[in-house]
Amino acid sequence: MSLVVFVTLALLVIGSAAGLILRRNPIHGALFLVINLASVAALFLTLRAEFLAAVQVIVYAGAIAVLFIFAIMVLIPGREETGPDALRSQRWAAVPLVGVFLILVALALRSITLSSPAREPAVAGGVEAIGRVLFTDYLFPFELTSVLLLAAIVGVMALTKRRA
Amino acid sequence: MVPESYYVALSAVLFSMGVLGVLVRRNPLVIFMSIELMLNASNLALVALGQRHGTIEGQALVFFVMCVAAAEVAVGLAIIVAIFRIRRRLSVDELTLMRW
Repeated sequence: MSLVVFVTLALLVIGSAAGLILRRNPIHGALFLVINLASVAALFLTLRAEFLAAVQVIVYAGAIAVLFIFAIMVLIPGREETGPDALRSQRWAAVPLVGVFLILVALALRSITLSSPAREPAVAGGVEAIGRVLFTDYLFPFELTSVLLLAAIVGVMALTKRRA
Repeated sequence: MVPESYYVALSAVLFSMGVLGVLVRRNPLVIFMSIELMLNASNLALVALGQRHGTIEGQALVFFVMCVAAAEVAVGLAIIVAIFRIRRRLSVDELTLMRW
């Protein structure tokens, strides 16, 4: 049963990623991205990472996807990527290169997953477990993220300010 | 229960598709979305391997990755909007100068 769920979600993830890459219209790409992020959130649920699934839906599929769609609406009134492509041959060369890259990544990950010890019982990633770890062992990085977000806010305002 | 190696394999495929999107597309917004694909693939691998080792640390790391991704999207989209305001075109092949 869980295998059926996993295969369905995996097909959704891969299909929506392919749609994002292949569709010329960036709005379709953004909607495929939403499907992809929601499917990954469901995969988090099957891995018993409930908190991360909720955060994934709120932050990624909510905030970030809306930001992307907003930027596309502002920037691109019509279609894009129509004109002549000066680097067409290089783009076709990217496909076999990515295939080689995938093989290398798979080999590296295979050695990791084979060398690690027998599997432990899965931990439940609820709010309590994550919060306990974040506010004890990872307190300093957690505080640093607030500085990072503040820097992002200030940077965005400085970048988009209209100069007279 | 599905073995964690399936999740790791799926994340490898998803990451490679993100790399492909970055390499073949010309629209900086689509390239940016492909980068999000790669971040998601790494998050999936982190959660799966964390569950394999029975620790919560992998999920804590994913939390930080999401924070950095949110900041990155905000700043990156601001840069793209700023470039579009000056150049009025949106293709990474034409952006060959660090200043304009």
